[in-house]
Amino acid sequence: MEKAIIGKKIGMTQIFASDGKVVPVTVVEAGPCTVVQKKSLDNDGYESVQIGFTNLKEKHITKPIKGHFDKTGTAPKRFLREFRLNDCAALNVGDEIKCDVFAEADKVDVIGISKGKGFAGTVKRFRTHRGPMAHGSGYHRGPGSMGACSTPSRVLKGKKLPGHMGVDRVTVLNLEVVKVDAERNLLLIKGAIPGPKGGIVTVRNAIKA
Amino acid sequence: MEQLMKAITQDQIRNDLPQINIGDTLKVYLKIKEGDKERVQLFEGILIARKHGGINETITVRRVSYGVGVERVIPINSPNIDRIEVSRRGKVRRAKLYYLRDRVGKSAKVKEKIVGKEQ
Repeated sequence: MEKAIIGKKIGMTQIFASDGKVVPVTVVEAGPCTVVQKKSLDNDGYESVQIGFTNLKEKHITKPIKGHFDKTGTAPKRFLREFRLNDCAALNVGDEIKCDVFAEADKVDVIGISKGKGFAGTVKRFRTHRGPMAHGSGYHRGPGSMGACSTPSRVLKGKKLPGHMGVDRVTVLNLEVVKVDAERNLLLIKGAIPGPKGGIVTVRNAIKA
Repeated sequence: MEQLMKAITQDQIRNDLPQINIGDTLKVYLKIKEGDKERVQLFEGILIARKHGGINETITVRRVSYGVGVERVIPINSPNIDRIEVSRRGKVRRAKLYYLRDRVGKSAKVKEKIVGKEQ
């Protein structure tokens, strides 16, 4: 990983490319982020940087939080993420990371928490087929057969059944940065990204591009 | 957040086009790229629908060409529109003129709106 930033999903819109084609984009308010802590090989066994995004309100600062930020003398941040960047030595505690680390036409990965769907059936959760809705079928959106009878006399592991869906960590690979607005700290990323509007996402350079 | 979204698309919204209303007969001059050459193509027809808002707004223009109905959905803020001319103002009572699709001949026409002199 060469570069990474924390951002807030603002929403989706569309813009016109230079050839007049419509490009669907997601707007992400990315950064400015601050380097809060550096982990080193000697002290922690690996190298990484901890990055914070948006300041924490005064009333939400507890003593343990205060202690963590006082160690490095940075302002308490609401969202913290740790990144094992290739070149951690180039960053110092207190350095600011802005969205202009990314450029137009860069490929990025976006990590977010998907929208919650509650307790969902198999049709929604695993995209299984449903039964006929009419002609007396009586079988509409069920999970299907549980398996054979006395052999194995149990339901096989991995059988697709209803359960909780959503609120998962989801990574979308190889999205394109359409525009960088350094003035307003905005990244315009082509296509959809996980999570609701206002959700916190991580944008990093594409690792599989 | 919504204001921010508007601000992003603000500079791409076109203000140079004339006021157009449903039922108007429009001449839409579209820029067409052929290889490395660019030319302007005319599409003339009745404006039968306007949809969405802001940067997403589109118009549906219908014409009957060689006996076949042709409808084009054009993003109104597209840079591919060279210009739009209104050749006839129409007098209509609804926002979507989809009923024109089922009609042929004289009944498929839109009455002309007689506009008084503007002050």
